[in-house]
Amino acid sequence: MTALWGGVLLAGLACLAIKLAGHVLPEHWLAQPRVARVAALVTVALLSALVAVQAATDGGRVVLDARLPALAVAAVALALRAPFVVVVLLAAATAAGLRLLGMP
Amino acid sequence: MRETEDVTPYDPVSAARRQAVSVSLATGLYGISFGALSVAAGLSVPQTMALSLLMFSGGSQFAFIGVVGGGGALGAAVASAALLGARNGLYGAQLTPLLDLPWSRRLPAAQLTIDESTAVATAQPTRAAARVGFWWTGVGVYLLWNLFTLLGALAGDRLGDPRAYGLDAAAAAAFLALVWPRLAGRAAQAVAGAAVVVALATTSLLPAGVPVLLAALAAVVVGLVTTGRPPVPGAVR
Repeated sequence: MTALWGGVLLAGLACLAIKLAGHVLPEHWLAQPRVARVAALVTVALLSALVAVQAATDGGRVVLDARLPALAVAAVALALRAPFVVVVLLAAATAAGLRLLGMP
Repeated sequence: MRETEDVTPYDPVSAARRQAVSVSLATGLYGISFGALSVAAGLSVPQTMALSLLMFSGGSQFAFIGVVGGGGALGAAVASAALLGARNGLYGAQLTPLLDLPWSRRLPAAQLTIDESTAVATAQPTRAAARVGFWWTGVGVYLLWNLFTLLGALAGDRLGDPRAYGLDAAAAAAFLALVWPRLAGRAAQAVAGAAVVVALATTSLLPAGVPVLLAALAAVVVGLVTTGRPPVPGAVR
C-alpha cells in the first residue's frame, strides 16, 4: 500500500518534471531531429510491447486466450476509425462474450 | 468569454475554441476506461485519482497500471511511465516559442502539455488562436479526464472479477488505440514489430515489467542507428 503510493507519486512527479523541462530548458537541446526521432520510436516501442504483454501474457508466461480475438476486434474497429471508448468497449465485450461461451 | 458575440466562421480564435471543446469531450470520456482499469489493476480510487491529477498523461498512466497489474516491480512501472512521458518534454520545446508564455504561466502550461493540447495548439494559424487552443484543450481535457477517471474508478470498484467483464482485453485494446495513430511509416512499424517480439520472447526470462523496458531500449538503438537515413524496411529481422 505505502510502496504503491510511493510509486504513484514518484511516477507522477517524474512525468511532471519531464513536461516542465520542455518548457524551461533551452529549446535547442530538445530540438535536434535525433532526439525527436528516438522519442517517437520509444513511444511506439513501449506501447507496442504493452499491447503484447497485456494481450498475450499472464504471470510471466505467454498465454493465448479470449484477449487475442478481442484485440483483433479492436484492430478492426480502429481501422474503421471508431472512437477510443468504442474500441475499448468492443474489446471488453468480445472477451467477456467468449468467456461466457467457455473460452479461457 | 465572448461566445455571445456574432463571429464569422473563419475567426481562427473561435475555431480553435470549438476544436478544443470537441477534443476535450472525446479525450475526457475515455478517462472512464482508465479509471475502471486502474482499479482492476489493484490501485485504490485515491491512487487512481492521484495518477490522473498529477501524472496527467494517458499513455504513461495506462503503462503504470499495466505494469503494476501484471505483477511488475514498481521501479519498472515508474520507468515505463517516465519513458512514455518523454515525448511531452519535446512538446514543451515545440510550444515554448509558439505560445511565448511568461515564466509564471510555465508550470500550469507544463502540466497541461499532452498529445491533445499540443496537437490543437500547433494546428492553429495565429499565435492568439494557438494560445486559446492550447489552454482550452489543456484545461478542458484536465477537468473531464479527472471527472471521468473518478466515475470509472467508482464503477470499477463495484465490479467483481475484471476478467469476466473482459477488462484485461480492454487494457490491451487501450494500448493498441494509443499506438495506432503512431504507426505511419516503416520505421515505426518495424520498431512496433520488434517490440512485440522482444516483449514476448523475454517475458518468461525476465521479471514482469522489464520486457517492456527492453523493447524501448531496442527502439533507442534503432533510432540512433537510423538517424538521417531512410527507414530500413527489413529492420524487424
